[in-house]
Order: sequence, then structure tokens, then C-alpha cells
Amino acid sequence: MTNAAEQIIFERSRPGRGAYSQWPEDSEPPDDLPPALRRGRPPLLPEVSELDAVRHFTRLSQRNFSIDTHFYPLGSCTMKYNPKACNTYAMLPEFLGRHPLAPVSHGQGFLACMYELQEMLKAVTGMQAVSLSPMAGAHGEFAGVAMIRAYHAARDDLARDEILVPAAAHGTNPATATMCGCVAREIPVGPDGDVDVAALRAAVGPTTAGIMLTNPSTLGVFERRIEEVARIVHEAGGLLYYDGANLNAILGKVRPGDMGFDVIHMNLHKTFSTPHGGGGPGAGAVGVSRRLAPFLPVPIVGREGERYRWLDERDLPQSIGRLSAFMGNAGVLLRAYVYMRMLGREGLARVGEFATLNANYLLARLRQAGFDAAYPQRRASHEFILTLKRQAREFEVTAMDFAKRLLDYGYHAPTTYFPLLVPECLLIEPTETESRETLDGFVEAMVQIGREAETRADLVKGAPHTLPVRRLDDVRAARHPDLTWKPAVP
Amino acid sequence: MSPSKIPADLRYARTHEWVRERPDGTLEIGITDHAQSALGDLVFVELPEAGRVLGAGEACAVIESVKAASDIYSPVAGTVLETNEALVSTPETINQDPYGAGWMLRLRPAESGTADGLLSAADYQQILQSESA
Repeated sequence: MTNAAEQIIFERSRPGRGAYSQWPEDSEPPDDLPPALRRGRPPLLPEVSELDAVRHFTRLSQRNFSIDTHFYPLGSCTMKYNPKACNTYAMLPEFLGRHPLAPVSHGQGFLACMYELQEMLKAVTGMQAVSLSPMAGAHGEFAGVAMIRAYHAARDDLARDEILVPAAAHGTNPATATMCGCVAREIPVGPDGDVDVAALRAAVGPTTAGIMLTNPSTLGVFERRIEEVARIVHEAGGLLYYDGANLNAILGKVRPGDMGFDVIHMNLHKTFSTPHGGGGPGAGAVGVSRRLAPFLPVPIVGREGERYRWLDERDLPQSIGRLSAFMGNAGVLLRAYVYMRMLGREGLARVGEFATLNANYLLARLRQAGFDAAYPQRRASHEFILTLKRQAREFEVTAMDFAKRLLDYGYHAPTTYFPLLVPECLLIEPTETESRETLDGFVEAMVQIGREAETRADLVKGAPHTLPVRRLDDVRAARHPDLTWKPAVP
Repeated sequence: MSPSKIPADLRYARTHEWVRERPDGTLEIGITDHAQSALGDLVFVELPEAGRVLGAGEACAVIESVKAASDIYSPVAGTVLETNEALVSTPETINQDPYGAGWMLRLRPAESGTADGLLSAADYQQILQSESA
């Protein structure tokens, strides 16, 4: 593979060239279009041969940094490897060929899978009922807060429009609260990363609709006082929402239902075997406690004896309604089903164990090598935060410089500058499927870059050096975006 | 990195805004040198409408750098008199001159609105030191 810069396809264009160079010539104009409707000049499309087009896009695809080719320790959004078998079985022709409008008697197999998926998600989260219909994480969040609002409305408790969001929560949470017509109110976290319980106590009251919490939080630590948080919010009349962004860390170990949560969304595309980060499709299934069950979005799969059927508005008259045309993204749901059946109860617990073991191993080795943990007194969950404040101060080499230099060493960069609470931070999540050798290789690269920062800072600040595209001027790109190719004026 | 400038004649908010009392009793508000340096190169500024009534601590503007988007909170209650519209096309002015040409808005303080409860330069300096410790 060469890393020479790839021309854009328009630069390969030659007048008159096309996929049809060897085709029999046919100069007959299309005579069924009135002349007034025919265009006088061809559109501005690249004129290349079929082989040019194939090579161009194949070369671009070979330059992907992807989980199939590189270690991808992007914290906060689990970018884990998804076993290929999950996709293979979700693509069985019997699944692919099922028409969503076919009568349920013709789709009992598919419905049985969805029913069992609902049951398995209930078991792994400790919730009482599940709906699979939301089609993304944010969609699931919306469903969750909409149910909290519907619950308060059904009790004529109409003043409750405030959603509390700890500073360490997932970034989408305040946006969800706003989308649902609530006011988001931030609750600070203490120096150890846990929610400031005194501030929470002072913030709850008769306008509290609920709290949205991510546990483990985006600081990569487990909220140790979760039961106390739950009690405070419940006693004030509010409900608890669990953001499932970091579910990978706790699979088979603790359950949001047991922590006291009333509603949870699960990113099936993060944790349960659909590639995440490609912009979809996703699945943000929601699980609820008994008191929110009547408000679940429909349809849900119900079972009567040996038969399965869709439960709809007639079965759940208080439902918040429908969130998708049919029942969610069938392909993503099927992959989650296969993944959970493949691993079973024991295997899912090992996902949680390996994910946290790998994170703690990596954290311990990096600390040994002289890097600073943002929360040194805390054990990591499935991810952890380094702060490069010292390196920035001493060598003027920033977290961004480290991230860019990692690309030269063949590693996708971790998340940079998030969470905002920690200066010069890298948020690192190795996930459960990486081997010890891969993790050691990453540590070695970090140590090497640390040495370069001391002795050859310019090398790090100028990175990447080996990729087809060098350091981007992201300030100029944001201030003067140039998004459209235009032909050069001859 | 060079230490942040903290002019002695201004008052400061914990959330890194500064307030200047002008001779006519109105208040000028911007973000501190420390804030602009922590955010990095700014690429976007959104300012409130003139005439908007703000509570103390209310989010009133948004600034965005390549690292992050942040709310700006009004340190005192008051009514927006005017905003620095030039920042919309040249947000980098805040990076270059945070206490001068980079001012963001001018307020007529509400009757309850006073800069008295805000931090002095020395107090703000202390907060920055404890944050970086």
C-alpha cells in the first residue's frame, strides 16, 4: 500500500472518457425527450473509466483507519470489534426477505427472536419491560425522557419540567432534556469524579422531573453513591434515567434496574455487535421499571402461548406512541440477538470483565511509564483519562500533538479534549477484544512519543508525517469552510 | 505557557468572564485571557439580542473553538444594551485582545444587579492557581 496523496477523482477526469470506451458506438440521440428538455452541456461529473473509478475508491478504502485494521481506543463511544458471525446470521435470506407488512403468522421466527431479545435485555439490565423501536442512542434518550414526562403528566404533576444532569454525564443528555421541553440543570461533580451529593440535595424539589446519569460516567469511573443519588431523586418525586453509553463496562456485573433506575436506553450498536460511528443505522432500545411500563413506545412483541404478536396502542393506551415506521432497525436488532445468544449469560459477564481488565492494565502500565491519570485515586471502569497537563507545560506538546503522533505509530488516536472538565486530556478505551500484546504496543508508542516530546518536540508538533494528509489547519477549516469542488477556470 | 493577564481594575466571575464598570454606570463583559487561552483559537461567536433581559448567571452567549463550544454566563442581572457584532465575523479578536477589542456585550445592570459580589483580580488569580495545581 502506498501512502502517496490520492488525487480527487475530478483531477483524473479526461474529456470523453467513460465506462463505455469499448462499448459499441450508438450515436442515436434519445428521441423521446422534447428538445426543450434536453440539456445542452453534460453535467460536471468526472469522466473516468470504470477501472479508474474502481482503483480510486479501492485506494481510498485502503486508507481507512478502522477496527479491522488498527487498534482504535476511542473513549466515551465504545468502538469495539464486532464478531463477523453476528452479521452473517443477521443476513440470512429468511431474515432479509421478510416484508414488514407480511402477516405475523408468516414472521413467527423473526418475532420469536425479537421477543427473546427483549427478554435478554431485561435480564441483563434488570428492567421490567423493553421496547426495541428507537433507532439510535439519541432516539432512545428522547423516548426515555418523553416517558418520564408522560408519567408526571398522567399523575397531574405538571410542574415537573427540570432534568438534572451531572457535569460528568454524556454530552447528549442536556440536549435530550431540551428536546423534550424540559430545562437542563447541571449538577457538579466532586474532585473524585462522583456526583456532588450535597449539590444534588440542594437542587431537587417539586419541579424535578428526573436526573439523567451515565454510570460509569464519562470520567471513566463508577458512581459509587448511586443508591444515595437514587434515593434523593426518588424522595423528591423525580425519576432516574440511565444513559447506556457505557454499558459495556458493567455487563453481567451490576444492573441499572438494581441501582434504582426507572428508565435506560441501550446503544445496541455500541455494546451488542453493530459497528458504531458510521452514522447509522443504530438501535437505542429502552428498558423501564414497572411504573413506566405503560408508557413504552410501541410496537412491542408480546407472547400468547406459543404465538407471538405485535402489541400496539390498543394494548398500551398510554404509550408515548411510535418512533419508527415499523419496529426499529431489524438488522441491528438481529445482530444484537445473535451476539447475546452466542455469548450467553457467562460470556456477557466476561465482556464486562475483559473490558475493565484491559482498561485497568493499560492505565497501570501508562502510569508506570510516567503518565498522569486524571483520577489517580480511582480504579478505571472500561475507560480512563490521562492528563498531559505536565507535558504541555514543560515541553509545550499538547494532547492533540500526542494524538496526531500516534497516527504515525499506526494507532487511531483516543478521544481528545473530552470531557472538558480535564485539561489536556486523552480518554482511552481499549475494549474487551484487544490482546495484551496490542496494549503493550500502544504503551510503547506512548512512551516513545513522550521521549520525543522532551528531545524533539517539533517532530511531535508536526505530526502526522506518514499519512497521506498531514496536520489539518482546523481553525481555518472552521473559519473558512470550503466544501464544494469547483472546476478550475481555464 | 505564559501566565494569564488579569487586569487589576476589572471584576471576575468564577466562570471566567470579566466585568468592567464604565463611567456611565453600564457594564462591559467579556471572557478572560485564561479562558481564551484554554479554549484555543475561536471560530464562532453567538451574541444575544439587544434589549434581552438577563438574570445573574444566565447563559447569554455561545463561543466555539476547535476544541469545544461553551456558554457565556452573564455575571450580573441586567438588560443587553449592545453587543460587539464585529466578533461574529472575526472571533479571533477575542484571542488577540480579550480585555479590549474582544469585549462581548454591554449591559445596563438591573436594580438588584451589581458587580460587588464578583471576584477581585487577586481572588480570581487564586482560583486559577488552585485549578492548575
